Amino acid sequence: MLTIGRDIIDAIVAHARRDHPDEACGIVAGPLGSDNPIRHVPMDNAERSTTFYRFDSMEQLRVWREMDDRDEEPVVVYHSHTATEAYPSRTDASLAGEPKAHYLLISTRDPSTEEIRSFRIVDGTVTEEPVRIVDASVDPTAVTTYMFGQSPATVDYECSTGH
Amino acid sequence: MAIEVRIPTILRQYTGGVKVVEGTGDTLADLLADLDASYSGLRARLVTEDGGLHRFVNVYVNDEDVRFLGALDAKVNDGDTVTILPAVAGGALAFAAAEALADDLR
Repeated sequence: MLTIGRDIIDAIVAHARRDHPDEACGIVAGPLGSDNPIRHVPMDNAERSTTFYRFDSMEQLRVWREMDDRDEEPVVVYHSHTATEAYPSRTDASLAGEPKAHYLLISTRDPSTEEIRSFRIVDGTVTEEPVRIVDASVDPTAVTTYMFGQSPATVDYECSTGH
Repeated sequence: MAIEVRIPTILRQYTGGVKVVEGTGDTLADLLADLDASYSGLRARLVTEDGGLHRFVNVYVNDEDVRFLGALDAKVNDGDTVTILPAVAGGALAFAAAEALADDLR
């Protein structure tokens, strides 16, 4: 389960809408081992593409060093899909390099619907998890939970490719 | 003196969980060969069978991306810090292209 603040989700969705139809990407950092994403860092998509994203390597070095200095880690790694569902592609699964991160996907295909899903991606295996959005400004106990049911909760791309 | 190498989480399985290791060499290629003697398997995650740097790994010497320094031919010196980071990349790429990328990673 990913637990994340409503203010951060709003900022991520705003970033994705702003960059649409290109894919947007970024991270949410949090204290090491806390599993608590609190510092939103929107990143440049060096590819500036509607179907692909890649963090700019120099920006990534700067941001990763900053996290190191603050004893933080990337708790959430997010990107948007701009014409398809918020589900990891094969590319996403094969390239995922942060086994401890929550991979958050946002789809901006429908301008009026907020489509957010979260996944763990370890060794190419994708496992969906619920997203619990906490709205601290309204009531600390008020939460919204997202879990879209149209896809299997676990997909093993390594097995399905037959390699 | 030696060269300090910072290892990302996903590759620490090769270093016994250690985050910073040390090695020697005149070029990045030499350094990776030296490290592979102590941390077997590490080099294969960074260098392809064709002898090039993997596309989805970022390697930096101090503050520079080695892609701008000659990749594996990049010069390294005692006291340098080499940082390895997995590229953060992906996207809703078409099936065939994604397969080609995955093959590229093997």
